[in-house]
Amino acid sequence: MATVSVTDISKTYPNGAQAVRPASFDIADGELIVLVGPSGCGKSTLLRMVAGLEDITTGDLRIGERVVNDLDPAERDIAMVFQNYALYPHMTVAKNMAYGLKNRGASKDAIATKVAEAAEMLSLTPLLDRRPSQLSGGQRQRVAMGRAIVRDPALFLFDEPLSNLDAKLRHQMRVEIRNLQRRLNVTAMYVTHDQVEAMTMADRIFVLNAGGIEQIGTPSEIYRTPASTFVASFMGAPPMNLLNGNADGGKVRVGESAVQMPCADGSVLLGIRPEEVAVSPMGTIPFKLTLIEELGASRLLHGTVAGQDFVVNAPNDDIALAEELMLEFPTNALHLFDAETGKRL
Amino acid sequence: MTKITRNKKPIRLSDIVDHAILILGGLLMLFPVYLAFTTTSHDNITLSREGLQFGFGDQMGHNFYAAMFEKGGFSEQIDGTTMLMNSLILGIGFAVGKIVLSMAAAYAIVYFRLRFATFAFWVIFTTILLPLEVRILPSYEVVTGLGMANTYGGLIVPLLASATGTFFFRQFFLSVPEELVEAARIDGAGPGKFFIDILVPLSRTMIAAIFIIMFVYGWNQYLWPTLITTDEGLFTLVRGIKQITQSIYEGNQIPEYGQAWALAIIAMLPPVVIVIFFQSWFVKGLVESEK
Ligand SMILES: Nc1ncnc2c1ncn2[C@@H]1O[C@H](COP(=O)(O)OP(=O)(O)O)[C@@H](O)[C@H]1O
Ligand SMILES: [Mg+2]
Repeated sequence: MATVSVTDISKTYPNGAQAVRPASFDIADGELIVLVGPSGCGKSTLLRMVAGLEDITTGDLRIGERVVNDLDPAERDIAMVFQNYALYPHMTVAKNMAYGLKNRGASKDAIATKVAEAAEMLSLTPLLDRRPSQLSGGQRQRVAMGRAIVRDPALFLFDEPLSNLDAKLRHQMRVEIRNLQRRLNVTAMYVTHDQVEAMTMADRIFVLNAGGIEQIGTPSEIYRTPASTFVASFMGAPPMNLLNGNADGGKVRVGESAVQMPCADGSVLLGIRPEEVAVSPMGTIPFKLTLIEELGASRLLHGTVAGQDFVVNAPNDDIALAEELMLEFPTNALHLFDAETGKRL
Repeated sequence: MTKITRNKKPIRLSDIVDHAILILGGLLMLFPVYLAFTTTSHDNITLSREGLQFGFGDQMGHNFYAAMFEKGGFSEQIDGTTMLMNSLILGIGFAVGKIVLSMAAAYAIVYFRLRFATFAFWVIFTTILLPLEVRILPSYEVVTGLGMANTYGGLIVPLLASATGTFFFRQFFLSVPEELVEAARIDGAGPGKFFIDILVPLSRTMIAAIFIIMFVYGWNQYLWPTLITTDEGLFTLVRGIKQITQSIYEGNQIPEYGQAWALAIIAMLPPVVIVIFFQSWFVKGLVESEK
């Protein structure tokens, strides 16, 4: 258990590519933070710097009270779970979990106790004598977790640990990891490109974009007040609708229609989430419907508003669907972004 | 374990033809071996008078016994057993030495950020163009200069440096997932531990495959042992057979053909045994990777 404190950390690879731009943040004791962003945005690089698998180009990294920049991964008091599990193929489950402890010179008895405990916690006890090749994907992932747990690390690191699992198992493991992390009360950094994982698991989310941290916030902050159009469209499925508009005297005009929205005059992007749009005959914004996607509980209406692509997530009740519908934008659901910088206004 | 059930397929004509060809090929390969056995079972007089024998005689036991245990050679000091030992020392020493050396080289090239690792690899690789036969005189100079003529060291060491093993291990190491290395680092395994605890066990089928190839190669060495060992106590089997037939030209007694044939058969056996013993590993090493 420890806090993590990062000051102006950055990474430039030897080939000159800057994968992580200088970033500073703190992680509280026992907190689970999720680094989320599209592929190639630098999530893994950031995590691997914390792990000690990549050198830190600039800045300071503290785990607990220590600056650990120059420590080996093994000395940083961390444990890491990899996307492809990275289990030692020639060792049994028990040996896989024990290996780290053995290298630290723990006694045989201590190792046996710890491994048994972790196996119990993860329901791996009947599998202890198996090889990784004799396990299913989910079980392998559990073993990887077990290997992390037995070491009692100050910090857990996860790099897309669930990407190789099928959807159902992913959901189950998500809950399991979260429970385990709470129960052990250990600080954790979790990397994923899946915004649903980020939303459901995180105490706080770090949204990364092109090597920089775009926004840090709790899941609801990220959802309700995205700091930029990037965050707005990345977090949420389907993504937030963004309409080009013109602010003019307290109103934002989009095509023929306008919504009340006080802000400085100029070009803006008007954002609204598909699930917050209401289809109603009383609405003021015309919508041209082109495609319907059934989701079961609701349905997605694809179409255009003022010639721009627009999606509505409508409840699956008996609204009469026609090619021309009227939409209502609740004022408190509207977001405004600068058209040029994409920053929230 | 699951039970294996075979589908009963009707036998097709092409199957019969295929098998006929295979069986014919097998017989063709085995016939000389059979001839070796039958010829060994006759006495020297018959052999020098009539040549190869197609049927079995009654001297098999005697010839093998004489070949293995009767002291012979110029010094009247060596027998087949000594030569067998020498051949085993050469074969095993060569194979083990080669594996250790090439694994270490491949490990350094793949896992350490050496400045000229790629360059070093290609330099090692080009030595494929310089087999022992090409550099045999300088090698001889160096080994005798070091006073290693007529030693096991002199026999084995100059043969060890080679690119093939390094190449195979390098390719294998490159295919070991990076994450495994990282997991081991986090688990506190330094370079030595990683090598011993992870890499060597992962490579074991590879090691077995290379061991077979190299053992047979070392066992069959002829030119180098002939050059570097003059002391009969260090003669290998492959070399010793020649020593016996040589007396055709030198001695005035009938050459010991029977014994020579017996030695030839004994020289053939260990490679066969090794291949049979390691066969499943060999195939695994070539086709499967447990990663
Ligand atoms: N070893 C490396 N050398 C050079 N560039 C790298 C290296 N590893 C990653 N990168 C680059 O750094 C950026 C971030 O990569 P990464 O952290 O793996 O992204 P993510 O995990 O978010 O998908 C990418 O543009 C990638 O091409
Ligand atoms: Mg990644």
